[in-house]
Amino acid sequence: MANNVDALYIFLLVVSALMTVSIFTMVLFFAVRYRKRPGQRAEQIDGSHALEITWSIIPFCVFMVFFAWGALLYFKERKPPRDSAEVYTVAKQWMWKFEHMEGQREINELHVPIGRDVKMIMTSQDVIHSFYVPAFRIKQDVLPGRYTVAWFRATKPGTYHLFCAEYCGTMHSGMIGSVVVMEPKDYETWMGGGGNQPLAVTGEKLFTELGCATCHRTDTQGRGPTLVGIYGKPVLLEDGRTVVADENYIRESILQPAAKIVSGFKPIMPTFQGQISDEQLNALVAYVKSLSQQPSGQTGGRNMAAATPQTQ
Amino acid sequence: MATAVVESGERETYLNREYGIKSWLLTVDHKRIALLYLMGITFFFFIGGFFALLIRLELLTPAGDLVQADTYNKLFTMHGQVMVFFFLIPAVPAVLGNFLIPIMIGAKDLAFPRINLLSWYLYIIGGVLMLYTIINGGVDTGWTFYTPLSTEFLNTHVISAGLAVFVAGFSSILTGLNFVVTTHRMRAPGMTWSRLPLFVWAHYATSIIQLLGTPVLAITLVLVVCERLFHLGIFNPALGGDPLLFQHLFWFYSHPAVYIMILPGMGIVSEIVCCFSRKRIFGYQAMAMALLGIAVVGFLVWAHHMFVAGISLYAALIFSILSYFVAVPSAIKVFNWTSTMYKGSITYQTPMLYAFGFIGLFTIGGLTGLFLASLGVDVHVTDTYFVVAHFHYIMVGGMVMAYLGGMHFWWPKISGRMYPEGWGRLAALLVFVGFNLTFFPQFILGYMGMPRRYWDYSHSPEFQILNVLSTAGATILAVGYLLPMIYFLWSMRYGKPAPDNPWNAAGLEWMVPSPPPTFNFDEQPVVTWEAYNYDEIKEEVPVAQ
Repeated sequence: MANNVDALYIFLLVVSALMTVSIFTMVLFFAVRYRKRPGQRAEQIDGSHALEITWSIIPFCVFMVFFAWGALLYFKERKPPRDSAEVYTVAKQWMWKFEHMEGQREINELHVPIGRDVKMIMTSQDVIHSFYVPAFRIKQDVLPGRYTVAWFRATKPGTYHLFCAEYCGTMHSGMIGSVVVMEPKDYETWMGGGGNQPLAVTGEKLFTELGCATCHRTDTQGRGPTLVGIYGKPVLLEDGRTVVADENYIRESILQPAAKIVSGFKPIMPTFQGQISDEQLNALVAYVKSLSQQPSGQTGGRNMAAATPQTQ
Repeated sequence: MATAVVESGERETYLNREYGIKSWLLTVDHKRIALLYLMGITFFFFIGGFFALLIRLELLTPAGDLVQADTYNKLFTMHGQVMVFFFLIPAVPAVLGNFLIPIMIGAKDLAFPRINLLSWYLYIIGGVLMLYTIINGGVDTGWTFYTPLSTEFLNTHVISAGLAVFVAGFSSILTGLNFVVTTHRMRAPGMTWSRLPLFVWAHYATSIIQLLGTPVLAITLVLVVCERLFHLGIFNPALGGDPLLFQHLFWFYSHPAVYIMILPGMGIVSEIVCCFSRKRIFGYQAMAMALLGIAVVGFLVWAHHMFVAGISLYAALIFSILSYFVAVPSAIKVFNWTSTMYKGSITYQTPMLYAFGFIGLFTIGGLTGLFLASLGVDVHVTDTYFVVAHFHYIMVGGMVMAYLGGMHFWWPKISGRMYPEGWGRLAALLVFVGFNLTFFPQFILGYMGMPRRYWDYSHSPEFQILNVLSTAGATILAVGYLLPMIYFLWSMRYGKPAPDNPWNAAGLEWMVPSPPPTFNFDEQPVVTWEAYNYDEIKEEVPVAQ
């Protein structure tokens, strides 16, 4: 992605430099050529419609190229590939907390292997922050009360700056960290043989402990809708609308169950707002999503280390 | 109220008609009110500039070693709030617009002279609230007041700062209202819309934005105060609010506000370029329509400040393409100024030097705006020093250049005295060099990834060299700004008396004496000529040097 952004940037730079140089040259040339001379008067010219139209349409066409190229890039930047590894991120004043699907937790440091698409599912515990890795040319604000998503694929091992790019209070400039990009085998070593409890398993335990499982059963006989297979699918609501069950939908349904009632069900679920932490919420979301995994599929980012490195 | 005894031989002007503090504080003369504003905005310009210097000094070294983190956050917050709301927005309209619009259209005063005075008092009340905020320990929300940081997580003087901006906003609304009505109703016989100087067109377009945009900011700030005081839950998700709603409301005003700052500057530059090229403006109609076009389309681009904030993909696309639309009229303006010089008879007095500076810096500022409107690149450079450099090129490189150019151009009319031309040119050069040295390195810093509003960058020592250049530039810039302040004051006593038309310029304001009498015109002028009729203007006196 960094190369793509740089390519557009250089294109913009070259076109802008050309425009700047030509305007500066004209201004300087006119300033010297038509400087006041004794006995010579200015020649009055009212303007020219043809010229006005020309220098409206040509820049407009150039601008549309800028727009289209930028928009295409943006689509790529904003749409994580389907089988990305997922990292749940909680930002707070003034630190970054990461949790891998395999259960590893990190603070202000994020380890990823090269060649793997990594999807950051992020929320904030307090104010707005922004996840910014200049080397990857990505930035995404992290909001309280909802998930935002960013993704990247690192191609070169190394340690890269992670900045908070949205002013967030006293130690805004201290809310920094690093992304450590490793060779797959080093990454596997770092992962260290799976002593951690995978996030979805943590979620499953919570699901039982909190009593969710009594209504949301794996069959269709529960008082709540079954959650098996819903992730990423459209859901018909009681008011006739249809929404796609993404991370934000699952999150909202846990915190504000009455906001979107699934067609055919009653609004009887209690809210969990304020009763579970953001980390627990992430685990629950990860669990609900895991219910939609194909047995052979890689959704949810298991087996990250098994991915073969690809160059971009 | 003391009435001056007009000495034999001394003409009565708006300056010497009455003396005493009361004659100023209760005046309804648009020219005196303009001078009252001039004092206010100059004061706040130097306050805001002082904060800027402290910011630059802190960034001289990577570590946060000059001031505390909180202090630094307050410095950039108050620099922004003071400069935007108490200098940039009122500067040209309330000083030069106030002074010149009635004269340019052949009127005795604005449509509502008392409301004009009320505007100034509101500005001062807002200013006092801002000073109260500063003296009491300041505010550190960032000038953008982003929620929920501002409503929930800071314990500085957010409410008084919000009220300061709120009250000053009403000053801005009333000034806009006054200009709109004045332009519609007070034009002299023969002063048709197509004969208006572009300076008036620019202020007309600006006033429309002030009228329609500012109330939204006012309401938004009231909501911030409500959420902070009564926990109403409008913007804070913990209370059921939506933080993006705040950003939409805030930028709905604050993006058009950029055009409030730059459009009057464009008006000034049009006057200056024509005068010192001795030519009618190239493409008068296109220039006037471009001003209105910018004002209207400028209302439809606000969410380009939010491409990484969490808005939908398609919203981002719409706001990106609309942002490119607004760039077209801006480009038209640059081409037309350049073409105006073609086959002219050009001289290089101080105002013209500032106009050259404006065209150059506005071009760079505008073109880098295209980078930011491009979605894919914006993701990387937004909220970095790239953005800081971009908007300073527009607001300082563009607007402050134009303001200083305008002050030099009309100073003989305002004060009745000439400023020292040599010093003027030197200051213009210092400002241009200092400005570029300060802000050009910041484009590079931004692309390297230095986020804005960072107090400490010791993790990235590679940023230091560019920051040192920037700080060095800022000191040159400071000298460039102090010089005019000094020689303008000096010239009020020691400057050569100004002739009525020192530049042999076109326009009604040059047909009245310098300084003008209280009611501007002894008899009602009747306009029979087009704007910028430089072919009809005899060069009676050598252009002042």
